[in-house]
Formats: sequence, C-alpha cells, structure tokens
Amino acid sequence: MEEKKTVLSVKNLSVSFTQYERWIKRTTLLAVKDVSLTVREGELVAVVGSSGSGKSLLAHGVLGILPYNAAWSGEISYYGEKLTEKRMGQLRGKEIVLVPQSVSYLDPLMKAGAQIRNGKRDQGSMGESLKTLKRYGLDETVEKLYPFELSGGMTRRILISTAVMEKPKLVIADEPTPGLHLEAAKRVLSHFREMADEGAGVLLITHDLELALEVADRIVVFYAGTSVEEASASDFRDERLLRHPYSKALYMAMPDHGFCAAPGAQPYIKDRPSGCPYAPRCERREAKCLEKVDYVSLAGGMVRCVKAEEG
Amino acid sequence: MKSRRSEGKILRFLLKQIIRMAVLLFLVSAAAFFLVSVSPIDPLKVNVGQVALGSMSQEQIAKLSEYWGTNLPPAERFLSWAGDFLKGDMGTSLLYRQPVSHVIGMKLSNSLWLMAVSWLVSGGIGFALGTLAGANKGKAVDKVISAYALITASTPAFWLALVFLMVFAVWLKMLPIGLSVPIGMEAAEVTLKDRVVHGILPCLTLSITGMSNILLHTRGKMIQVMESDYVLFARARGESKSRIVFRHGIRNILLPALTLQLASVSEIFGGSVLVEQVFSYPGLGQAAVTAGLGGDIPLLLGITVISAAIVFTGNFIANVLYGVVDPRMRKGRKVA
Repeated sequence: MEEKKTVLSVKNLSVSFTQYERWIKRTTLLAVKDVSLTVREGELVAVVGSSGSGKSLLAHGVLGILPYNAAWSGEISYYGEKLTEKRMGQLRGKEIVLVPQSVSYLDPLMKAGAQIRNGKRDQGSMGESLKTLKRYGLDETVEKLYPFELSGGMTRRILISTAVMEKPKLVIADEPTPGLHLEAAKRVLSHFREMADEGAGVLLITHDLELALEVADRIVVFYAGTSVEEASASDFRDERLLRHPYSKALYMAMPDHGFCAAPGAQPYIKDRPSGCPYAPRCERREAKCLEKVDYVSLAGGMVRCVKAEEG
Repeated sequence: MKSRRSEGKILRFLLKQIIRMAVLLFLVSAAAFFLVSVSPIDPLKVNVGQVALGSMSQEQIAKLSEYWGTNLPPAERFLSWAGDFLKGDMGTSLLYRQPVSHVIGMKLSNSLWLMAVSWLVSGGIGFALGTLAGANKGKAVDKVISAYALITASTPAFWLALVFLMVFAVWLKMLPIGLSVPIGMEAAEVTLKDRVVHGILPCLTLSITGMSNILLHTRGKMIQVMESDYVLFARARGESKSRIVFRHGIRNILLPALTLQLASVSEIFGGSVLVEQVFSYPGLGQAAVTAGLGGDIPLLLGITVISAAIVFTGNFIANVLYGVVDPRMRKGRKVA
C-alpha cells in the first residue's frame, strides 16, 4: 500500500502566555508544553483531554489565531512545509479549516446562508452551499434563518458546512459534540469520518474519549497541557496495550470498564510539575518521574513515561 | 389570523406609548409649574417694572394681580393652564406679547436645524472614530482617540463655546461673534449663507461635546465584538481585519449606537440651552432662559412641554427601531 502523505506535523509545540501579576510582576504561563503529533491524509486523529488541558490552544496555534499575548515555539509543518504566521494566514479558511464548538461562533445578525458561503454571492457558491446543506439533511429554508433560530444539531451541521464548502485538506474540529444527544453527536462525528474517508486529514479535539474511539484512527491523550500518549484507537480495547498510566486511568474510568475514577485532579498549568505532569497522581511514581521525561516511540505509538517499557 | 393578531399588538404598543407620553408630559409640566411657583421672581414686578409697580396704589396692584390671576393658588392656575393647553391654547408670552405657540415656532425653527446638524455630525463622526479606536484597541490611534473623547467628555459646553468665540471670532475674526443673522440687516436681505455662517460655531460646540458619549460607547462595543467567538471564527476562516470590521463589526454595533444616539437627543437639547446663551443665538434654549429669568410662565411651560415631547419622540423611535431592525426581536415577537 502506498504511504499516505503527512498533512500536519507538530513537533515540540509550546504555547505560553505573558501575564501581569498584581500589575507589575511579569510572568510567563506555559499553557501547552512540548506537544508532538502528526495527521496523515485520510486519517482522523483525536486529541482527547479534559477541560483546561490546552487542546483548543493547539488548534488555534496551528491556525495562527492565538491571542495577542500568546507566543509559541516548536515546529508546525503542513505537507512538509514549515509554517510561518504569514503562511498560516494564507492557508486558514481555505486549505486548513476550523469547525468550532457552538452557535456563538456564528455572527448573531447574519443569516446562515451568508455565513456558510462566507459572503460569496455567485451562482456557483449558491449551488454549492445548497448541495452541502442537502448533504447534511438540511434544506434551503435554513439559509434564511438567523443563528438564534437554529437548533443545536442544525448549528453543528451549519458549522460543518462552512468547512466543507472550502474543500479543505486539513479539518480541525474543536469540540464539535457538546450539548448534543448521543445520536446527534454520533451523526456529527460520522461527518468528520466521511471527510477523512474522502482524503482530508482530520484533527478532532474532544473530551469525550468514548465517542472519539468510534471514529478515530489514532488517539492523542492530553494531560495538563502536554501529550502523554499517542495510541491507535484499537489499543483502547485492552488496558495492557495502553502505554501511559493516565491513559490506563481513562480506560478504567469508562463505563464499560469499571467506571472507576482515579483519585486527584488535573493540576492547574501553573502548578504543573516539571517532569511527568501525571506523576503526583501516579501510583508507580519514582524520583526520576519528576525530572524531564521524553516523549518516545513505543509499540507503534508514543508515550511520555519513564516506566512505560516495563509495561 | 396571524396578521390581525400582530396588528392588534402594534395598536396596543402605540396606545401604551401615547399614554406614557401623556403621563410624562403631565408630570414634567406639573414639576416645572411647581418650580416656577416657588421661585422668588414676582411676575408682576418683572412685567410692570419695579418703579412702575412702586408708583401704583395697592388697589391698582390688586386689580392687576386679579387680572393676571397671580393671586390664585398654584394648583388652580396650573389646572386652568393645562385645560387651555389641551384646547390648543398655549397662552400668551408675557415677554414677547405674542401667542406662545407663535414664539416657540419661531425659536424652534432657529434651533431645530442647529440641533439636527449637531446630532448628525456628532453621531456620524463619533461612530466612525469609536469604530476605528475599538478595532485597534491598545494601539496609538486608539490612545489618541480615547484621550480626545475623555477630554471632550469632561469639557463643559459653555466653556468650549467661550474658547471658540475667543479664537475664531475675537482673535481670528473669521466667524461672527453671535446671533443668527448679521446685525442691523433687514430680514429679507439675510441669505442662507449668513445663517449658515452664524450657525457654525454653535454647531461645532454642540457636536464636539455631544460626540464623546457615542464615541466611547461604540469603542467599547467594538472591542467586545472583536473579542467575540464569531470574530475568532471569522479570523479562522481567513477573513482580513478590515473585512471583519465591516462585515461583522459594524453590523453588530450599529443598532445599539443608533439607539444611544436617539436617546441622547436630550443631551443635545440641554447643551443647546447653554451654547445658545453664550452665542446669543435666538433659539429655543435662549428663549427658555429668558422666560425663566423673566417669570414668563406660559412660555417656559410651553418650551418645557415641547422639549419633553421631542426628547420622548427620540426615545420612542429608538424603541421602535430595535423591534423593526433587530431580527432577534422582530422574529422573536412573531413566534411569541
């Protein structure tokens, strides 16, 4: 089989914020630390992590739309080409698209149709948007609706339509399922699966591991601003195939696998320990877990754990 | 069926507004009347003159007082005035010796275009500057515009008017020092240009002092919009900043700005009273001051009621506009 091209490659990405404490003391907050991942053509990669683990910043970093007080380092490549802020500006909205989370990402005073077409009014775009709406089970009456008139499910499908209109090569979906009932959420995720099957690379950012496993090829587990493991979706069938203690804890917490939550909580990024961020909660922690822990390949995946090889 | 129901709604809305206006006008005129009646100014003294009054006998004074009704209790006087007002008779101005409606009509025509131009200029420029500043929050252009707005917001209108008088009329001699027409010219000879030239300074003063409010409001709203999720998404879709400002920014801030500007009619009105006084501009504001100082109660009440009605109309239009223009209100009402 022919090797699929890598659409997106992120290497050692860190995102930091400059803040002022009590007006005078300048501090740097490292919100995303040393994240690496790749997305290939036709592949759906899910980034799974709890709230506040820095998943959305990863998406904004790739698009070049981080807030003004944020700085990033590391390497982001698109089809092997190293991306600069300028190049990101040329690609975003065309080859790299974002599917955001909720209705608040739509202009409240603009009709849905105009937002799907992004202001284009030519015959071709009109036909295209109608075709896209039909594809997702909506009809032309939706075009005349304002965002406040849309249901949650309609909103998601319209947000997806905005992405599909551009025939993107990389789709970044930032939490596309919250607020939807299970059937609707599954349907929305199946649309992302279709996009991948049509050849695009899809990066799905979510906190819902169970749903992600249904559609994703690979899972990247985020914890406290960094990636702790990259595994194929099939690895999540068996706890022993997982590499990092946090992934194992996630596995155990799933309803089918015991519904058992590990004690403790994700640290606020400011209080993150310097080594493995999970170390304070880990049962198998050792002194060297608190030093720098590298992100290494293991059994076809990646892991950030000094004891991973011991199993 | 549906349309009949919405028609009923509109009628009910209008009726409610009319009742509101009636109540407002009643309360405003009553309050004004109360203030005038407790004022130490004696209408007899003012109108007849101190000397003439002193030379009159007590019987004459009592007769005059009875003739003008100044010896009646205030409530009775107010009710008789209100009754005549409802019949369309606003009374006769004591100072101008003309029907009040006549005086107000004349003064209002002088003032109205002055206020209208100031209202449009301050609204238009304030909105544009506010948009520019808000879209460039924190940059030099924002700092300059914000500083300007804060300075003009804290500048009294009469003081600014005096400064303009000094600079443009006294030192530079570019513009006339006051009045609405050249001194000593026959009314028939006054050209439109004369009127415009005399209106420039009052207009400028009113526009500048009226601008800061709408400017700062627009700037704040624009900053809010630029930090919103939908602008972030627009950026993610590759829209340029100017496109975002014109496509999403102005769309979302125009309506609140328009509402604010309509509601600020009262401020332009209040400002015009002071500014007209400084420039001796014979408008409604100046007439109000003259009437107040001269104890000309019919004229003062007439002006009060007319001003309140105009301000109310501004607010009323703002109210209606929101319902008509904002799809969330317009369509929401249809559903409800």
